[in-house]
Amino acid sequence: MLTLQFFTTGLLVGGIYALIAVGIVLVYKATRIFNFAVGELLALGGFFCYTFFVLFHFPLWLSALGTLIMAVITGSLVERLVLRPLLSQSILTIIMATLALSCILRGLMLIFWTGYSLSFPEPLLPRKPFIVRDIVMPQEMMWGFIIAMIAFIVLAYFFLKTRTGLRMRSVSEDHELSMACGVNITRIFALTWIFAAVLGTLGGVLLGNRIGLSAVLTPPIALKAFPAVLFGGVESISGAILGGLITGIIENLVGGLIDPSLGEISPYVILLLVLILRPTGLFGLKRVERI
Amino acid sequence: MWRPCGTFDDTYEKNISIVRTPAQWILTLASLVALALVPQFASGRVIVTVNLIGISIISAQGLNVLTGMTGQISLGQAAFMGVGAFIQMMLMNHLGFPFWLALPFAMLFTGLMGVFFGLPSLRIKGFYLAMATLAAQFLVPWMIIHIRPDITGGTNTITIKPASLFGMVLSSQSRIYYVIMFCTVVVIYLMRNLARCKIGRAFIAIRDNDLAAEVMGLEIFRYKLLSFFICSLLAGLAGGLWTIWMGSVNVDIFTLEESVWYLGMIIVGGLGSVPGAVFGVIFIRLLYLFIIIWAPTVSGFFPTVFAASIEKGLHPLLFGLIILLFLIYEPRGMSHRWEIVKNWYRSWPFSPGV
Repeated sequence: MLTLQFFTTGLLVGGIYALIAVGIVLVYKATRIFNFAVGELLALGGFFCYTFFVLFHFPLWLSALGTLIMAVITGSLVERLVLRPLLSQSILTIIMATLALSCILRGLMLIFWTGYSLSFPEPLLPRKPFIVRDIVMPQEMMWGFIIAMIAFIVLAYFFLKTRTGLRMRSVSEDHELSMACGVNITRIFALTWIFAAVLGTLGGVLLGNRIGLSAVLTPPIALKAFPAVLFGGVESISGAILGGLITGIIENLVGGLIDPSLGEISPYVILLLVLILRPTGLFGLKRVERI
Repeated sequence: MWRPCGTFDDTYEKNISIVRTPAQWILTLASLVALALVPQFASGRVIVTVNLIGISIISAQGLNVLTGMTGQISLGQAAFMGVGAFIQMMLMNHLGFPFWLALPFAMLFTGLMGVFFGLPSLRIKGFYLAMATLAAQFLVPWMIIHIRPDITGGTNTITIKPASLFGMVLSSQSRIYYVIMFCTVVVIYLMRNLARCKIGRAFIAIRDNDLAAEVMGLEIFRYKLLSFFICSLLAGLAGGLWTIWMGSVNVDIFTLEESVWYLGMIIVGGLGSVPGAVFGVIFIRLLYLFIIIWAPTVSGFFPTVFAASIEKGLHPLLFGLIILLFLIYEPRGMSHRWEIVKNWYRSWPFSPGV
């Protein structure tokens, strides 16, 4: 029974990890950039929502819209100012650029929203837990999970059915070839970053609604999406979703049944094992290199 | 290596020597004497900063070997320093080792730890490896806090007795200064040599193209592990010195942020360059000091609600901005600028416009 309870909680938490992981995979597929600033983008999104909803007292729909607009602006600014000048640089430069970006965003958040933990005074989502045969499912986590799943369906529709989605898929296959086919790849890059910022914002709002927001404490939570990404394979969106859910489940099972502190680091143990045993992950592509 | 006109290397020893001409000898000796005299003139606060810079230089040189020369990205340098610091503390407190005996053990253990976390580098590289070292950054503090809190002290700050050398107690910062500076100078000298010996060239070959290096007959896995070993060895040395310098250890110091700073330092200085790592460390550490001193003045211009948060946020903001500007406008770092200045000086008055 207890196992099932932790399993359920893990699954619901895993939904948020999956959301963050998909944001990382999207950016990686389209631009070959591994985004280490994902945690800060997430916290920033949460803070925007907090500002609109709590500080400005906007109604929920207006603050959601405002947060979305701010996420779009953030995503395009990040792409234009930080990553466009560093296109096709070495991997170390790119990693360092996203780390520098995370420092900048953290500094800005500390300046504008202080380092203290902020929480929504009135919850965005109803908090009364569902109880199904002794298994408690907090309602806001249920809603978070449902919102994440809806986001995945929208993404899948976008990628499979729209022309822009097709262009994005072709860019993720090969930059030069898609350029030759008339795809404006810089615009696709910008779009990818906007998507990443929006997904991060969604995750940030859900996370902030559950446990509060802090410029210092929230970003490390997003780092747990990295094991999820590598578990599923860094090229695969469905792998990222599955990896996110599995990471959440393992974290909660280990944390609940063995030791809470062990649960905190279990994603990283898995990460290390995956890297040693199967670096490509479950669904990742095996890379062939030429000299 | 550049020599002034008329200096002939007629023996092999002369050819490979780092310090060659009388002028270079005078400069070297003069700077060593100047280093030795620093505690006589500098005040206590300056010495503390200089000690911190010395320790950071040792750690940054280690990271420079791994990231700059071998091209393997590590996000766990601070964690490895933490390993060294805690081994040092445990050996001195629980087994009663003198610090000079505990230091090599701390280095060795940290080195082996680094090799363990470098094992995934057999099959992965690039950001996958950054992930593996990121895991180290989270696993090491966990091990320190949870495995044997009765020995490591868990999350508490553990003090050590002041170290002593040849019967002299290293109680003041200016005495510890000599230990730290000795280690720093030796490390810089060794790294300078490492860069041009067989191992260093193998490292550089692996960085430039690991497949080509393997085809040429290098055992790249062995060299990658060796690189991890040297990197963490120096991290262990820096950590052990940190323990002596602070007189205490706490697990909260060795954070991911600190690891990112070390990467930032070698990028600002110039990747793969030994003097670059020194420049970068001095630059970033002084920047931090500058912010601490000037942040209250800056925040004075803003309403009081913002003042405290500006002081806190200014540092990551400026650090990130500087790294980004260096990446975009001067990816070869300060050491490259230094070479340009040297060339300009050498060919003056016929030097091309800078």
